[in-house]
Amino acid sequence: MPTTRRQFLSLAGGVTAAGTIPIVTLRPLEATPAMLNTAIRNVVGEAQIRTGRVKLDIPPLVENGNTVPMTVSVASPMTATDYVKSIHVFNEKNPQPNIGNFHLSPSSGRAQVSTRIRLADTQKVVAIARLSDDTFWQAMADVVVTLAACTEEMN
Amino acid sequence: MAALINVPAKAKRGDVIEIRTLTSHIMETGFRHTADGKLVPRDIITSFTCRYNGTEIFRADLFPAIAANPYLSFFTVAKESGKFEFEWSGDNGYSSTASASITVE
Repeated sequence: MPTTRRQFLSLAGGVTAAGTIPIVTLRPLEATPAMLNTAIRNVVGEAQIRTGRVKLDIPPLVENGNTVPMTVSVASPMTATDYVKSIHVFNEKNPQPNIGNFHLSPSSGRAQVSTRIRLADTQKVVAIARLSDDTFWQAMADVVVTLAACTEEMN
Repeated sequence: MAALINVPAKAKRGDVIEIRTLTSHIMETGFRHTADGKLVPRDIITSFTCRYNGTEIFRADLFPAIAANPYLSFFTVAKESGKFEFEWSGDNGYSSTASASITVE
């Protein structure tokens, strides 16, 4: 029986679909919002995260995602009984959701950290602070990136 | 490896001072490919520690999302004259140190 055009196309389509799926699953080069949530839960556990107290300074529009200046500061008196234990920064769409963990102490005097980060895409950046009473506070920022970092070819 | 450290030479007791550090490192993410499709292995600094007269005052865990030549700025209270020691460590046994001294009046 000669193969009809319809049979041939459905067969070819099936092969193409089956052929492309493994490539997609082998290269998950974007952290998904689910990965972001998992990474946050790894740090926070089941605790509630409140919005406020944390300030995330990052440019809203970035030309080059390879080096993006970022400052996180937390409103805290930084005394022996009320201080910021750590600051955790996450992203939504880099290959990995973590950016950095910064551990402070009452002798830090001021809860503020600056660094330069990489952003692979236009995305959300989240900063979470853990206070000495084990409450968590967060701030979010959306950053538009025109030249992505991380996944380009090496020359 | 070369590191740039910025610590005030003098401070008053109780002042909050800013410490800025910059070290040279490629921070290869491990997600890039060469033109012929090979994955470039990860080579990053994973940890940074600052000690003030032997006591740890700041520590950071770094990930591939930290830009090349990691820059870090943080604060501490100037308590006594002495030495700040900085240590970076990372993949492939990477380790590098630097120090700076301060006079507290």
